[in-house]
Amino acid sequence: MDIDAVVLSNDRLSPEYNVVVIAAQEIATQSRPGQFVMVKCGLDSEPLLRRPFSIFEVLRHDNGDVTGISLLNKSVGIVTRTLFTLEPGQHLRCLGPLGQPFSVVTPPGEAWMVAGGVGLAPFLTLAEALRARGTTTTLFYGGRASSDLYYLDRFERLGVHLFLTTEDGSRGEPGFVTVPLARQLEAAPAAQPVTVYACGPTGMMRAVAALAHEHRRASEVSLEQIMGCGLGGCYSCVVPVRSNDGSSHYIRSCLDGPVFAGDQIVWNELV
Amino acid sequence: MMPGVDLAIQFGPLRLSNPLVAASGCFGYGLEYTDVVDLSTLGGVAVKGLFLDEREGHPPQRIVETPSGMLNAIGLQGIGVRRFIDDKLPSLRAHGATVIVNICGSTVDEYAELARILSDAEGVAALELNISCPNIKEGGITFGCDLGGTHDVVAAVRRATRLPIIPKLTPNVTDVASFARAAEEAGADGVSLVNTFLAMAIDVETRRPKLSNVVGGLSGPAIRPIAVRMVHQCRRAVKIPIMGMGGIATADDLLEFMIAGADAVQVGTASFVDPFIWPKLLSGLTSYLERHGHASAGDIVGSIDLTA
Repeated sequence: MDIDAVVLSNDRLSPEYNVVVIAAQEIATQSRPGQFVMVKCGLDSEPLLRRPFSIFEVLRHDNGDVTGISLLNKSVGIVTRTLFTLEPGQHLRCLGPLGQPFSVVTPPGEAWMVAGGVGLAPFLTLAEALRARGTTTTLFYGGRASSDLYYLDRFERLGVHLFLTTEDGSRGEPGFVTVPLARQLEAAPAAQPVTVYACGPTGMMRAVAALAHEHRRASEVSLEQIMGCGLGGCYSCVVPVRSNDGSSHYIRSCLDGPVFAGDQIVWNELV
Repeated sequence: MMPGVDLAIQFGPLRLSNPLVAASGCFGYGLEYTDVVDLSTLGGVAVKGLFLDEREGHPPQRIVETPSGMLNAIGLQGIGVRRFIDDKLPSLRAHGATVIVNICGSTVDEYAELARILSDAEGVAALELNISCPNIKEGGITFGCDLGGTHDVVAAVRRATRLPIIPKLTPNVTDVASFARAAEEAGADGVSLVNTFLAMAIDVETRRPKLSNVVGGLSGPAIRPIAVRMVHQCRRAVKIPIMGMGGIATADDLLEFMIAGADAVQVGTASFVDPFIWPKLLSGLTSYLERHGHASAGDIVGSIDLTA
């Protein structure tokens, strides 16, 4: 469905990152962790196309009624800059929920989520779904600096174990998020079932998928491909995946993703 | 639908329930959109261009947004004509779609072969001949940019099928009307225009082309005035009906095309932006016809007033 959603709030977390809350109740009610929406700012042909965003939060009143969704945004381009400057009362067009969700593992399986930067976006709803099932959940979360790490208290309140890294060492462990992930994968008993989830820069997701594969763990990655329509019409968001004969073929991220099994993707062909 | 206004269009031998057709390459195989729009309410669905065989298309990046438009270089990724007939066509029929199959070949014989295969399939309303895709090396636009090539493809398909045939013309020529004439002389039942404009965009930081294919086709509102002009020129050059397209996003836009001489119109890029655009366009067309006292959508086709 396509909703003309009013902006309820815009929390600017930093000069780059913000969280926009929009009153898209119908989308919120139907959405599952890992799904996305196609957003258009304004009705003009400038900018023309919608952009895909993960559903960051499903928001509720104290009485449990769903009030809307939020989007975690990083201001980098023409649409994300507009999203950054939105004020309450303005409107967005919001099409969704779209795409294939994450699988939500149940105990005794454990969930290890690996996020880089704005790749945190799909993991708050996933963490809620996991914790609602009583699944032990860990978040490996990396950024350039401590100021890139957000919503830690929310994950902590859900009972999610945190491993934080920053490239400049200003918070958590210095270096890439894959370092503590590799260490924990090494340490985890083979009998303990673990599913690894990843969202972030392509290089990070590729490294996470390789680590998971190396340790015989299932992985699911949420890709961020350039999308024209979000509905399967334009064929712009394709991802190379393995064919049965060992070659690769393209499938559409909007319909078959954005969540893929890490082993399914032909990473050296992914653009 | 408002009573009293007839939206149906006679497009040569092809009867369309209204002038709105989903543009090829912008609507998948139609079935992707059945949750969004009742396909039977569209005048037609022009499905994604088909070759004889499956094609992988170009590597991403396949699209880039430009001012009031977009470039694409998808490279005609597709499932091939046989899988289309087996996997898609029966369901399209079940949804009541008027199916216009867009076909593309590397040789004249391939176009004719595709036409023969599709003539035997049930549920094909017409063939749109893609002689205008700017994104592939072989076939396609090679024919569309050469008057003899256009004539040869259309004539060969004419001999191969009794289905209505609609060559899709490229705007990447100096005189598009001469190509419409070549198509008409070779036996086309109508023409559709315009395909996209060959274009490119460069990332100035990396100095690399933004599209993996280097060049791509420009569509969207940015091209609309040029497309309207080309439809106007073709209307004055040929008698066969015209499907006009190029950046249609509102009812006023499609009215421009019809007044310029388009019997029907196709909408592509705008349905990416608003997949629910179809009933809005139809109601805008209906209210215009009522407001101007027309009983039929056909009344306004080519109704441009050129008096001084």
